[in-house]
Amino acid sequence: MSIFVDEKTRVVVQGITGKEGTFHTRRCIAYGTKIVAGVTPGKGGQDLDGIPIFNTVGEAVKEAGATVSLIFVPPAFAPDAILESAAAGIELVVCITEGIPVLDIVKVINIVADTKTRLIGPNCPGVISPGKCKVGIMPGEIHMPGPVGVVSRSGTLTYEAVSQLTKIGIGQSTCIGIGGDPVPGTTFIDCLRLFEDDPVTSVVVLIGEIGGNSEEDAAAFIKSGNFTKPLVSFVAGSGAPAGKRMGHAGAIISGGKGTAKDKIMALEEAGATIVLDPAGIGEAVAGIL
Amino acid sequence: MKIHEYQAKNLFREYGIPVPTGGPAFSAWEAFEVASKLKTEKTVVKAQIHAGGRGKAGGVKIVNTPEEVEKTAESLLSKTLVTKQSGPEGKIVRKLLIEEALSIKQELYLGVLIDRAERKIAVIASASGGMEIEEIAAKSPEKILRFHIDPLVGCGPFVCRNIAFGLGLAGTAVKFIAEIVEKAYRLFIEKDCSLIEMNPLVVLTDDRVIALDAKIDFDDNSLTRHKELLNLRDFFEEEPLEIQANRYGIDYVKLEGNVGCMVNGAGLAMATMDIIRKYGGMPANFLDIKGGANKENVIHAFTLLMADPKVKAVLINIFGGIVKCDMVANGILEAMNFVKVDVPVVVRLEGTNAVEARNILNNADFSFKVADGLASAALAAVGIAGPWQQ
Repeated sequence: MSIFVDEKTRVVVQGITGKEGTFHTRRCIAYGTKIVAGVTPGKGGQDLDGIPIFNTVGEAVKEAGATVSLIFVPPAFAPDAILESAAAGIELVVCITEGIPVLDIVKVINIVADTKTRLIGPNCPGVISPGKCKVGIMPGEIHMPGPVGVVSRSGTLTYEAVSQLTKIGIGQSTCIGIGGDPVPGTTFIDCLRLFEDDPVTSVVVLIGEIGGNSEEDAAAFIKSGNFTKPLVSFVAGSGAPAGKRMGHAGAIISGGKGTAKDKIMALEEAGATIVLDPAGIGEAVAGIL
Repeated sequence: MKIHEYQAKNLFREYGIPVPTGGPAFSAWEAFEVASKLKTEKTVVKAQIHAGGRGKAGGVKIVNTPEEVEKTAESLLSKTLVTKQSGPEGKIVRKLLIEEALSIKQELYLGVLIDRAERKIAVIASASGGMEIEEIAAKSPEKILRFHIDPLVGCGPFVCRNIAFGLGLAGTAVKFIAEIVEKAYRLFIEKDCSLIEMNPLVVLTDDRVIALDAKIDFDDNSLTRHKELLNLRDFFEEEPLEIQANRYGIDYVKLEGNVGCMVNGAGLAMATMDIIRKYGGMPANFLDIKGGANKENVIHAFTLLMADPKVKAVLINIFGGIVKCDMVANGILEAMNFVKVDVPVVVRLEGTNAVEARNILNNADFSFKVADGLASAALAAVGIAGPWQQ
């Protein structure tokens, strides 16, 4: 199976004519993703390598049957782009954009909660079901199909973990980057829930970092019996000083809360296998399988 | 972005949130001037630094006359204040806030922040103010009121009343508190704050309600739409190399160690810090080279690392997914023509064309230690940098 995206997924790229949009559309197509449309207001009627470009997401849904949107739109316009997709009935919106004001996203999330749209991100690398579909910016080549679900707040650290797994012949079912912002559209718990019900996924790798409560919430979710598969976790930022934003907007220890130590303890108490050495993630998973 | 108490109080004034009468002073003489105009029995002299816990560290003094204010100002200005939140090196006091001392009947706590888990705005209040909210949360969590506001709905008058009555207040204080909550929420939304804190928010003996302390943090992601707030930034409160990195578009945090790091990706950069510590070393910094490891960015990154005298070895850890590793290697080589790098450099490149990249670096003029794995790279860098002195 796989979660979120598979070989049937039909993708519309919002911001397709921008530099990032064009570059990554081509890479997704090369991976085998069905990119059926692009949207750039004002450029409707044009095409990119034969992919029709529309003025609105509504048209992309109607004319090209798009069900998932991949957003490469600058921070000032991204919230509106997400809302446009939700209004057009898009099931899954993957927002790559970094730098969106937190209040804007909180509003968007509250609006989208009343629709059937799921938001992944923002400030994320996207989602990939290896061998089937890539909706994001991750390097497809390092992935291979297999039984490991990966969910992470990071980008390149996720690739690091995936690369370690692929090198020892352990493939991945679906890899989701939920992003580095403080309020993500999709949480660890959302992904664990889906991985629990996915017959192909037999173990999950959860990559966390300092800031917020999402790892602790995931630990509570596991402890209450909602997630029963083995979990391997690495939490980045054990040496991070308090009060400093470590790159990601959401990676900040505030008022003593959100330390890597607390997250590691919570996950450990929930039965997760904790990896303290980022070079040992692949090995830890191999030990379980 | 952080601002000083006196700046936060100016914003409070703008929004109609009552604050003590007073003003900032940047010299002892100015402190005397401000105090003279106050016509108050007692005057408070408060050190202005971007850190809490000033009172306990001797950064807040109550004195009687403008002359005493001047003397106190002299003793505080240019001194280093070490508080629970300032870090061990402390912060130099360059600014003061001179205010009227008030007759306090009760100290409350009021805060507004983004509740990440609930995905709403939280208004937090407690009848136990004046101490850190974490202390109250630890000792008596039932004393903390928390209300979640949907930003699409707003903070209606009933929420403000719930808070005011929930604090167990009576009389005119209830109306005053409700008004302050409404104004604080509006300020939070309109200025894209990440935190507003009034600790304490005090009820005076005459039942007036005043924000005795004010803290406001702003969402860095929204500063481009608040040019007026950018003027409030105090560069003296920031680490010079971090300011420089900011200009380069590189995320950089200075730490205490001796292994300089250059990584692509915040999570990987944090993991690099972690693995250095695991092997007994100490990272000199966090650095996410953002925007790709091309020649320009590598030049900027090396410039920052070489400006830190503590750096005894550099660890470059780049995962080249979209950017091919051999291009990164060439970028590093080109950068070395522009920056003098006088410490050993350990390079670990992983991803597309990693093998070609290692060959390029091994054959270069500069003698890189080319690592084939993350663990060996960290070990090598820690070994070269040598034991880290605390």
